[in-house]
Amino acid sequence: MAALTLRRKLAILSDAAKYDASCASSGSEKRNSVGTGGIGSTEGSGICHSYAPDGRCISLLKILLTNFCVYDCIYCVNRSSSNVARARFSVEEVVRLTLDFYKRNYIEGLFLSSGIIRSPDYTMEELVRVARSLREEHQFAGYIHLKVIPNAAPDLLAEAGRWADRLSTNIEMPTDIGLETLAPEKKPSEIRTAMARVRGKLDEADPDKKAKAAKPKFAPAGQSTQMIVGADAADDGAILHRAAGLYSGYRLKRVYYSAFSPIPDASSRLPLKPPPLMREHRLYQADWLIRFYGFDVPEIVAGGEGGLLDLDIDPKLAWALKSRQLFPVDVNRSDREMLLRVPGLGTRGVDRIIATRRHHRLRLDDVARIAGSIDKVRPFIECADWTPGGLTDDTRLRARLTPQPEQLSLF
Amino acid sequence: MHIVRMEGLNDFAEWRGKARQVLAAGLSPDQVEWRMLGDVGGLLDQPTPLPLADHPVGSVPRQFLDLAEQAICHADPARFAVLYRLLWRLQADGQLLQNSADPDNSLLTKWTSAVRRDSHKMKAFVRFKSIVDDSGLERYAAWFEPEHYTLERTAPFFARRFDGMVWAIVTPYRSAYWDGESLAFGPGGKRADVPQDDAVEGDWKTYFSSIFNPARLKVSMMKSEMPVKYWRNLPEAELIAPLIRGARQMEAEMIERTASQPPSRHLRQQAREVEGAEDVGEIASLADARAAVQGCRRCPLYEHATQAVFGEGPEHAEVMFVGEQPGDQEDLAGKPFVGPAGQVLDRAVEKLGIDRSRVYVTNAVKHFKFEPRGKRRIHQRPDGGEIQACKFWLNLEIGLVKPKVIVALGATAAQSLLGKSVTISKLRGTPIALADGTTLFVTNHPSYLLRIPDVEGKAREQAKFEADLLLVREAIAGLRKTH
Repeated sequence: MAALTLRRKLAILSDAAKYDASCASSGSEKRNSVGTGGIGSTEGSGICHSYAPDGRCISLLKILLTNFCVYDCIYCVNRSSSNVARARFSVEEVVRLTLDFYKRNYIEGLFLSSGIIRSPDYTMEELVRVARSLREEHQFAGYIHLKVIPNAAPDLLAEAGRWADRLSTNIEMPTDIGLETLAPEKKPSEIRTAMARVRGKLDEADPDKKAKAAKPKFAPAGQSTQMIVGADAADDGAILHRAAGLYSGYRLKRVYYSAFSPIPDASSRLPLKPPPLMREHRLYQADWLIRFYGFDVPEIVAGGEGGLLDLDIDPKLAWALKSRQLFPVDVNRSDREMLLRVPGLGTRGVDRIIATRRHHRLRLDDVARIAGSIDKVRPFIECADWTPGGLTDDTRLRARLTPQPEQLSLF
Repeated sequence: MHIVRMEGLNDFAEWRGKARQVLAAGLSPDQVEWRMLGDVGGLLDQPTPLPLADHPVGSVPRQFLDLAEQAICHADPARFAVLYRLLWRLQADGQLLQNSADPDNSLLTKWTSAVRRDSHKMKAFVRFKSIVDDSGLERYAAWFEPEHYTLERTAPFFARRFDGMVWAIVTPYRSAYWDGESLAFGPGGKRADVPQDDAVEGDWKTYFSSIFNPARLKVSMMKSEMPVKYWRNLPEAELIAPLIRGARQMEAEMIERTASQPPSRHLRQQAREVEGAEDVGEIASLADARAAVQGCRRCPLYEHATQAVFGEGPEHAEVMFVGEQPGDQEDLAGKPFVGPAGQVLDRAVEKLGIDRSRVYVTNAVKHFKFEPRGKRRIHQRPDGGEIQACKFWLNLEIGLVKPKVIVALGATAAQSLLGKSVTISKLRGTPIALADGTTLFVTNHPSYLLRIPDVEGKAREQAKFEADLLLVREAIAGLRKTH
């Protein structure tokens, strides 16, 4: 077999990695290359260096070390029964590509995953070698995200966390039954145990205010996971309930929801249709409301119907329309918690309202300037010169606030 | 009308000095016109001498200086004048900046966020090209066209990031250089000042087109984050139009290309799996049970717990402690009684002289039942169905360990062992003979002791708990005598 060129391998192994939704390069320690003679920095917030036409940011060189895999997960393009082209990078090739791309300011760092070859330990060891080489031999201070291979030895996990900014273990499916049906070799409890181990290491590395000696660092950007949406029958309630359990159990920074995308050479057991992108979007919005706005899962799910979120309107508006007895909210008087529940007001807008109302009573114009747009807010608030009257309870309110269906683009 | 002329485009120190003078002269904003170098003016376009009146200059909030330093990099020609108006108004109203509804304030906010965004986009969209000279030294240069005057603000970021590289960033109004040691600025340049080609660009374009998923086309999203005005200097941008054009076709092909025959490698792999498959037979030992319980589906609790937490202790322990269910820490560690309640139990057992190494500890229910609340998992009591479902595993443990004495810690354990719901206070203090000949004692769960708020009550309950354990110790001693 003719040897593949590096570029051909890059094409195969980035194509193989494109179904992983994770892309973040933020939330790590502040670090730079000053005085090291190396390259790289992380400054807390990540940078998206480019965007693909799928609207997703390109922040990291996201590749697989290899797309050979002994597992046969039905939803995965790299499963062993698939006929996709196969390739394998050497450790040195990945290191070189990462440095070459980074020096041209194409990327923030590396996201490295892999098909399982030989054994979980062997595969994890290879991933760790790449990260170790970047850090130790090349003084690379950029971002590194490594995929955890469930069932790999705990000491490999510990070393991975020493070099990587972030570790992730994909839960893959919202339910255990879903996972076992579609990924017969994967064990849900092994995946969760890997997350529990990472959490244990994160807890150990947590800076202790009393202790003077700095603790050895471990994955300062924490851990994340990904769930595939729409490949099995799980509803949004099950998905969000799973996510809430993962956030609380394993201190996850993020749960990524990845709308199941058709893959080439797909199994006949999969839904062969375009990915449910709007559903994915609504799940991210709901996840956001749970983490930053004080909503709980049952409330969010109750905003939709039959365990599914409303696809036409965002989950906060959906909830508000079903909870009209709590509105209108007086922006000059209400507490932060309730203001955060007003559709159209975000955390920043609420902070500004609270700061501004110390000076004078807010009028509708003031709220409009702060919120950026007033249409969605108006029916749910009261202010110095405005009260919605019957608008809050108007039966046609939902129709008024639902965006008109757009003409499909003609490509 | 007094005219103030600015030499620099974004020199905050210059503006600050001039604004102070004007302010000291007592000129209100509508008495001053701010002009930039090169502005076309009328007859009056000569800096006018300032009146000599020496008004006191008050202080302004630190926040204003920070914001003004950013806003002055905005390309809007009105920036100097608006900043002066804000400075003037701040003299009378020190709280002005907190009023987000004020139009001048909104403008300041708009400008600073535009400048921050432009600076951020520079960090993202600068593309260095490599140049290797005859001596083999590799240098990097980039051409970038910011929308505002943001190079000076942003260059230090590149110095921190690319310490080990020699690089230059050229923009139409200024350029920045890093030689590996210090940052310097020079005049602006042209696109032709930096090389057009780079050896790695082909790999980058390969990556860009391969990481794109044609089934997820969202062009407006891409354009909002990567505005088209930056595209002309992004090497990958030339791929965008063809990728969009081909997306529908590629997606259709992905959907149509259903599974073909698996490759022979897969079939060999599967054959190996079948040969090596473990024979899951009868559960004959604790080790078998420990492995099998991980696959337990007898109740829905497995779904959200990390793992089943099986009992631990010597294979033929004399005494078995049965708790309720694993807690947060036990669930993560996969071991029973490692959390705070486990420590209470360990201390009490040790204090009363029961040999801890001869004790087997387990739980009535093997999976953690909880309700997620923010970043914590709140323990929930298992219900009758869950207790009943898990009795299978507890029975296995009892059958394999064959303890002489079983201690039920708390109502859930007692319910599991007695098959009915019970009240601890009525049963504690008396041994209960079970059908299989073992002796059961019932007492509180140690976590109950942790939850008592007052010191007195805690001491009282601790004493009762220890009295119960004392009975256990005596029972064990009695058994040893009779055998």
